[in-house]
Amino acid sequence: MARPMQVSRYWRHFREKYRLIGGKCENGHVFFPYRQVCPVCGSRNVEEYEFSGKGKVLSWTIVRNPPSGFEYYKPYPLALIQLEEGPVVLAQLTDVDIEEIHEGMEVEAVTRKAREFEEDGIILYAYKFRPVLK
Amino acid sequence: MRKAVIIGAGMTPVGEHWKLSLRDLAVEALLNAMDDAGIDKVDSLYVGNMISGSFVEQENLGALIADWAGLGNIPAVKVEAACASGGAAVQEGVKAVLSGLEDVVAVVGVEKMTDAWPSDATRYLAYAADAEWELFHGASFVALNALIMRHYMNTYGYTEEDLALFAVNAHANGAKSPYAMFKRPIKVETVLKSPYIADPLKLFDASPVCDGAAAVIITTPEKAKELGVPREKWVEIAGMGRATDTINLANREDLLTLKAAKIAAEGAYRMAGVTPKEVDFFEVHDAFTVMAALSLEALGVARKGEGAKLAREGQIAIDGDYPIQTMGGLKSRGHPVGATGVYQTVEAVLQLRGEAPEGIQVQNAEIGLTQNIGGTGSNITVNILRRV
Repeated sequence: MARPMQVSRYWRHFREKYRLIGGKCENGHVFFPYRQVCPVCGSRNVEEYEFSGKGKVLSWTIVRNPPSGFEYYKPYPLALIQLEEGPVVLAQLTDVDIEEIHEGMEVEAVTRKAREFEEDGIILYAYKFRPVLK
Repeated sequence: MRKAVIIGAGMTPVGEHWKLSLRDLAVEALLNAMDDAGIDKVDSLYVGNMISGSFVEQENLGALIADWAGLGNIPAVKVEAACASGGAAVQEGVKAVLSGLEDVVAVVGVEKMTDAWPSDATRYLAYAADAEWELFHGASFVALNALIMRHYMNTYGYTEEDLALFAVNAHANGAKSPYAMFKRPIKVETVLKSPYIADPLKLFDASPVCDGAAAVIITTPEKAKELGVPREKWVEIAGMGRATDTINLANREDLLTLKAAKIAAEGAYRMAGVTPKEVDFFEVHDAFTVMAALSLEALGVARKGEGAKLAREGQIAIDGDYPIQTMGGLKSRGHPVGATGVYQTVEAVLQLRGEAPEGIQVQNAEIGLTQNIGGTGSNITVNILRRV
């Protein structure tokens, strides 16, 4: 993989990726990630909205043949998580046995290392979801 | 309004063409189509291709292919809509003819995928997804389809066997086509025993990485007559539709509805003045088995949640009520991504002319439909072809 010298490309999304900040429009529609135009009603009057990070697994898979750059992490579980506020987010699952993953499993967002590049590359962090701690 | 007819069609076999480059493949398909029509020049060229820049470090395909096919200084551009690039390129060709700006248009779809390292190919294909919110998290394109597949099975109670039937049907037909990459029939067990790539999606639920090119020549009936192309060769492009949906799967209104296919199909049916029942065969985008099921639902062939039932009931076979993948589909013919929509078009032309290989000719076929999906359903084209 080429070296990710464009630090800004990753840095500009740190609020969404570290704190699950999405958007809420004037009509009360919430969505993730943040965008300028509400995907539900088209309103341009959008403010930031921080999600709780709690949700349930809607569907999941195990990535066994990853895209280049992710080989080191394989196999890894990837899921669609329905947040308690409604929107769905795609993320990796972490701190979980593959056997225990199931639809409807209650999960919560945590910050984890998403990817490393070469020795002199940057390290990316982002949300992953783990089973809710009892 | 002007009409658009296809007067020439050509393709290369799909496979791992170690000896042939992207330009070799494109030129071969294009010259085949021009020979089929009996012409040696065209007004313009549209190239369907998804991602040659990443796969073979080559963009500006319009200029490249016009030059190497000896077409002179004609206008030529690449059309990109991820895996639906081919279907979209055909539509741009039709639009050029219908507009009256161009009379004889060539469309070629081409993709050269096997020059890349496999995990790089997996990465490039994922560029059709959302770079920041899907690929960033390690999502391969197969993984995204696996998420849909599991949700489909869970929601409607289908099994991996049910979906495997789509692959079995595709191979049964592809086995009889000289252009197919995998020319052998398979059994349900073949699919079930193949390794998981992204559970519950297995190797045999997925279409292969491969190379290929296909081409058609489009003009008006008046011009076709003037050029002396025999009427038996003409196939009308009677209807077409195209629509988009959210690029990020997680943002879909409903994970199990190909809304863009629904909208595109409605447009195509309306323009052609036909209903799904009148269509004799369907070339749908079975890049993954679950996509064949969802496509049949979006095209109005099956009710929501019942697409996989058609396979179980044997209705998708050549002699069934709704034949699909008549020459192998993406699974068996192969899926050279940006070329696929043009392959579907060429196959539909052969069916409608009655020139399909023995054993896979749909009897008395008059109307055929091709559906081409880009992304996880984010960019979809539907074309309806009719015998003249």
